[in-house]
Amino acid sequence: MAYTKRLDGRGMKEFRPIVAKAGVIKNADGSGYFKIGNTVAYAAVYGPRELHPKFLQDPSTGILRCNYNMMPFSGMGNRVKPGQNRRAKEISMVTEKALLPVVDLREFPNAVVDVFIELPQTDAGSRCAGICAASIALADAGIPMKDLVSAVSVGTVDGTIVVDLDYLEEAYECEQGVADIPIAYIPSTQEISLLQMDGEITKDMLVEALKIGEEACKEIIEIQKRALKEKYSVSGEGNE
Amino acid sequence: MGKLLVKERAVVVPGEQIAEGMDYLPAQGAYRKDDMILAGRLGLLTVDGRAVKIISLSGRYAPRRNDVIIGKVIDVMMSGWRMEINCAYSAMLSMKDATSDFIARGADLTQFFNLGDVVVAKIVNVTSQKLVDLSTKGPGLRKLYGGRLIYVNCNKVPRIIGKQGSMVSLIKNATGCKIIVGQNGVIWISGEPAQEVIAIETIKKIEEESHVSGLTDRITEFLEKTCGKFPRQEQQPFEGEQQMDGQGPMDEEQQQNE
Repeated sequence: MAYTKRLDGRGMKEFRPIVAKAGVIKNADGSGYFKIGNTVAYAAVYGPRELHPKFLQDPSTGILRCNYNMMPFSGMGNRVKPGQNRRAKEISMVTEKALLPVVDLREFPNAVVDVFIELPQTDAGSRCAGICAASIALADAGIPMKDLVSAVSVGTVDGTIVVDLDYLEEAYECEQGVADIPIAYIPSTQEISLLQMDGEITKDMLVEALKIGEEACKEIIEIQKRALKEKYSVSGEGNE
Repeated sequence: MGKLLVKERAVVVPGEQIAEGMDYLPAQGAYRKDDMILAGRLGLLTVDGRAVKIISLSGRYAPRRNDVIIGKVIDVMMSGWRMEINCAYSAMLSMKDATSDFIARGADLTQFFNLGDVVVAKIVNVTSQKLVDLSTKGPGLRKLYGGRLIYVNCNKVPRIIGKQGSMVSLIKNATGCKIIVGQNGVIWISGEPAQEVIAIETIKKIEEESHVSGLTDRITEFLEKTCGKFPRQEQQPFEGEQQMDGQGPMDEEQQQNE
């Protein structure tokens, strides 16, 4: 039987409800909050600041350092074990590579910008939520950047293309299997800066899924922009 | 014909399209992509003739030449002092820029500035690699004794100083504290402990409400309520500090942001 109705009743191209905020962590130089369905991500940015140990310093540009972490009580306790492990290291690395094309740290030689992403609650799509939160936080921290980055997962469930899979869909058992493809998208250059996949998919469906994913990302970026403007908008008026 | 897509003085976010066509030129914080001008950071849009620039609202202090800042000595070296200046880079105060006194070879430099000392200094040079040189030769530049330091968002410093230093002298008159505001967001306050607390409260209030119009009136009202009536003095730049914050680089900064 084909997957014609989604488990939570969403439309096939519909992502879960999103809440985004900027400036949620006062101590940080910039911070972001991104909630998509039951997945919640906080990101805090510190810096640019001095980088130690010294051998990591790059005299031609500042560096970006991301740290992705699922909190010990996040998730459902059955599949991904939270904490610092191979998976968290990999996601930290891909997050960094997803954000790097937009940030411009040449003004800060030898320095570092630290991004900490914490997930108190996860229900699939955590790396995408993390990237969205981090991009809000970087902009909030006043880091020079060409654009915001937004991310969402697309994929197929039993041969049907869907956007933003939740955990039940990701673990859905069916004849044709499930493909889960997290992507990060940069709207101004129309580039994809993150592309990973779990499962199998045909070439035609992949192309189709990416197109749908890009559309979803364009909608998400508007939500991120609104979150940033909400924090600062008052300062735009009556500043004279 | 070029067209502005966003209202002037609006908040723009990275990647937002600001202007169309080749008539506008991207300045500080903006960049051109094909025939569009996009925002290169978060900030307030200002248009100056054909130039489109973005004034930052957040972010760490970036050292600039001629800024007067407050730093802390973190290391005493062979021929100078290394200072922490509330930014990504530490600054160097070399012996020849520190004092006109004769210093004998091999003299103990801690007699001038010791570890942990707080100093008002001026940035004399910033290189492309962000090596920062300081000087303490000049009016009002000196070591600070006592008092306390508070840290504020460096983008709000022009608001705290006010036009021609009006805001900061308001607080000085009301609380009787000595106040020095560094462009790097470090503020030194010295006075009666109770008054110091009021000064800090006021500064925090300015930092939070800087965007709401009628700031000066609200601050005056707040100070009158907490300190009682105080003689509203005309600006009398007789003290070192007072001269300093209404002068030179801070003034320029002020004009840029108005």
